Amino acid sequence: MVPLSWYLIFAAALFSIGLFGVLVRRNAIAILLGVELMLNAVNINLVAFWRYGEALAMTGQVFAVIVFAVAAAEVSVGLALVISVYRRRNTVVADELDMLKW
Amino acid sequence: MTAQQIIFLIVALYTLGSALMVVTTRNLVHAALWLVSTLFGVAVAYALLNANFIAVVQVVVYIGAIAILFIFAVMLTRKDMRDAGPQMNSNWWAGALVAVLVFGGLTSLLSGWSGFQNTAAALPSGFDAISLLGESLTSPEAFVLPFEVASVLLLAALVGAVYVAFNKK
Amino acid sequence: MTTESLIWLIPLPPVLAFFLIVLFTNKNKALSHSVAVGAAFLSWLGAMIVFVRALGVEHLGEHPFESSINWLPTGETWLKIGVLVDPLTAAVLFFVAWTVLMIFIYSIGYHNYGQPAGDHDHKGLPPHGATVEEHGHKRVVPSIEPMYSRFFAFIGLFAFGMFTLVVSDNLLTLFVGWEIMGLCSYLLIGFWYGKPSARNAAIKAFMTTRIGDVFMLIGIAFLYSVTGTLSFREIFSEEILHTLASVPTGVFGLSAAGLIAVLLFIGTVGKSAQWPLHVWLPDAMEGPTPVSAMIHAATMVSAGVYAVIRMFPLLTAGWHEGAALTPAMSFVAFIGAFTALFAATIAVAQNDIKRVLAYSTISQLGFMIAALGIGAYIAAVFHLITHAFFKALLFLGSGSVIHGMEHGVLHTGNHNVDPQDMFNMGGLRKKMPITFWTFLIGGFALSGFPLVTAGFWSKDEILADAFVNGHMVVFATLAIAAFMTAFYTMRQITLTFLGQARTKEAEHAQETPFTMTVPLMILSVFAIGYGWVGIPEHFPLIGGLVPNWFHEFVGGTLAEHPPVLEFNIVPLLTSLVVALGGLGLGWYVYRNVNSPAEDKLQINVLKNKWYFDEIYEVVFIKPALWFSEVFVSQWMDKGFIDGILHVFGPATGGVGSAIRNYFDIPFINRFLGDGTADATWWVGKNLRPIQTGRIQQYLVLSLIVLFLVGGLLYYFLLA
Repeated sequence: MVPLSWYLIFAAALFSIGLFGVLVRRNAIAILLGVELMLNAVNINLVAFWRYGEALAMTGQVFAVIVFAVAAAEVSVGLALVISVYRRRNTVVADELDMLKW
Repeated sequence: MTAQQIIFLIVALYTLGSALMVVTTRNLVHAALWLVSTLFGVAVAYALLNANFIAVVQVVVYIGAIAILFIFAVMLTRKDMRDAGPQMNSNWWAGALVAVLVFGGLTSLLSGWSGFQNTAAALPSGFDAISLLGESLTSPEAFVLPFEVASVLLLAALVGAVYVAFNKK
Repeated sequence: MTTESLIWLIPLPPVLAFFLIVLFTNKNKALSHSVAVGAAFLSWLGAMIVFVRALGVEHLGEHPFESSINWLPTGETWLKIGVLVDPLTAAVLFFVAWTVLMIFIYSIGYHNYGQPAGDHDHKGLPPHGATVEEHGHKRVVPSIEPMYSRFFAFIGLFAFGMFTLVVSDNLLTLFVGWEIMGLCSYLLIGFWYGKPSARNAAIKAFMTTRIGDVFMLIGIAFLYSVTGTLSFREIFSEEILHTLASVPTGVFGLSAAGLIAVLLFIGTVGKSAQWPLHVWLPDAMEGPTPVSAMIHAATMVSAGVYAVIRMFPLLTAGWHEGAALTPAMSFVAFIGAFTALFAATIAVAQNDIKRVLAYSTISQLGFMIAALGIGAYIAAVFHLITHAFFKALLFLGSGSVIHGMEHGVLHTGNHNVDPQDMFNMGGLRKKMPITFWTFLIGGFALSGFPLVTAGFWSKDEILADAFVNGHMVVFATLAIAAFMTAFYTMRQITLTFLGQARTKEAEHAQETPFTMTVPLMILSVFAIGYGWVGIPEHFPLIGGLVPNWFHEFVGGTLAEHPPVLEFNIVPLLTSLVVALGGLGLGWYVYRNVNSPAEDKLQINVLKNKWYFDEIYEVVFIKPALWFSEVFVSQWMDKGFIDGILHVFGPATGGVGSAIRNYFDIPFINRFLGDGTADATWWVGKNLRPIQTGRIQQYLVLSLIVLFLVGGLLYYFLLA
């Protein structure tokens, strides 16, 4: 008898924590960790809605599966990027990767 | 307070605590390991939601592949085995504020939704989630196209990651 | 061709000659004079044809040749202009055509056509002679006028003006012709523009006649405003004349007709050089002699008298034969008689041969004006025509004399001798016989030599009219003037032609070429014969033998035929006495006078023209000059108006610099201009740090903004 709201609040909290990590951590990999947390929160939301909605329609789970795939792809590419940047600039501190300006 | 609720609470608290540790530890390897624990908690939450397949996939893919990938990346990007310096940047309070705001915004928005306090309907007997999922993923009337696109996406990511990280010397 | 079309064409050849000469034939002297004389001949021919046809029309006065066109649209109606040939016009056309043609032909010889160009002749100065090599020794001969073609162009224009005036049927085109002649008189009096005296004389002539013209224009305007028309036939209709005569204007007790007539008459006072606007005519002798003949005999001054004759019905509106003169008529008669006497007194003291004739012209015009003033219409017209012939003859004759004298001057080479001074002449009858005899005929005609000269008949008629109608003052004045006329004429002839040559130059004088003497001869025919067309009916012995064609013909112009004068022996005797007595006395006194010192009549007052020029100089000219130079030019224009402008300039400059310094530079330049730049720079400088390149900061910022915007939207749109 767990109300849906608990799951949603749980997912929201997880998402916020992940967001906090993205915004605050200095290490680029730590940022990606935060991103992973956010994706997981999203997945929980999706599955919760599947379960608490029309359970026979597998849309929620399908979406969650797709998100898995996307998350995996994103992590691999992201980490490849971080490694490549590290090789060039010898740093993974996000603050030092500040070329996205004029 | 039913048993389900208590179990849920425990799982939620565990997961959230791990998540907090992920974003606050100084040591990156520790952070990755805390991520593993968080992912595990999420898998349990999936199981609670009767999404068994998803829970297993979570463990296999996320923990088995992605978290490992993180640890590899951490190891590949360290000049020395220490983590020096602060691990939060100078604007951490702004980030905290934003996170709190996001959480507050989401919950307040969602609480206005009529179905917020829904309870779960009982699953029909003989409910086979896996075969239904399989059918959805591969049936032309269902979601075969996103499925195929996702596979293409993985191919692209594969190629891209290899290319990006390729060491030309 | 119909007579009406022919009348329209009469003024045309001379003006065409003007344009042709000015534009095309300027350089070719022969072609220019041929064009001009040809044009004068064509106009003469047209005028003669019209005259002959006019003679054949019964009651031409009631059915004149007329033709008019609508010219100026004025509201509902049109102002019409056109041509009119009634008996007056026909008679005037006759003499104008003849005298103009004679003068044109004369000018060929006068300006020495065929002679070589002068040694140092300049355009703008009279020619001074050319040295010619002949049989080894050099002689100086008269040289051709450098501005030969220009002269013919100008007199062509002049003839156009006169013909236009004569044939016009309305006051507007009359005034147009009037003004064209005013212009030409300026151009021709100042023909030798290199001479300052000529320039001044031209300006003086133009200005003085202008004064008259202003009043004339006022009169025309007044007439138009009252009657709405300017056509003679319409103005002189019974109703309009009656209305004009009975409307009082309050000005000197004149009726409207009288006031208009007086205003128009003032135009004639200027144009015909009556006192007090007479001062221009003697100075106008600066022009070449054909010009003097043209202006002062044939055309311009006659035009003035013609205008008054034309307006006679207006002048005499409300008057009839035998009644007392209206105020307007009295005014006109006074001016005429006074001028006649006044000018005659001056003429007796002049030594320049042309000046004597000039004052004589003024005096004779006074006769005509006086005649009109007392209502002697026929006499005035008669005298106008005879005077035109014999005065033109006299002027051309004097030109011939001057030419002869100049020949002598060139021969002796003494340029200090004035070829126009009568006291340098003498005995010229032997050297220049044709000139002498024609001049004598003209002089006798002017004096009124009985019976055989035209002047006798016309002058006698004026005196008779004055006496019979009881205008004794006018009669006495004119009689005295006639006496003086004969006197100074004989003085002139005696000093010029009779006796012995007083100077070497006179000894070497020569007769002038045929182009000059033939016109003299032709004019003398008219000077003798024209009088016989107007012999009064009741004249003893010969009256009635020849009908008084002139009285019949010209009298038909008026609505009421002027009555035939009854004969009175007194005016006839008076004429005989004054004419013969004057001539005799003149010869007697001057036959032995050889220098101005011996001439008892060289009284300063008379010699200096009663000091009128000096009076005008002090009373009018100096104040006018002061007014323009000091008051208007210095005080008003430079001081006041320029002063205002000089206030504007610095004021505007001050306003401009104030705006610049207090508004433009501090506010617009610094505050707005530089200020926005600085502000933008400052904003940019302070915003730039936002772009750190650090993604986390970008994310934080974007999320914060998202929350702000979302919150705002949420609260304002949804809540």
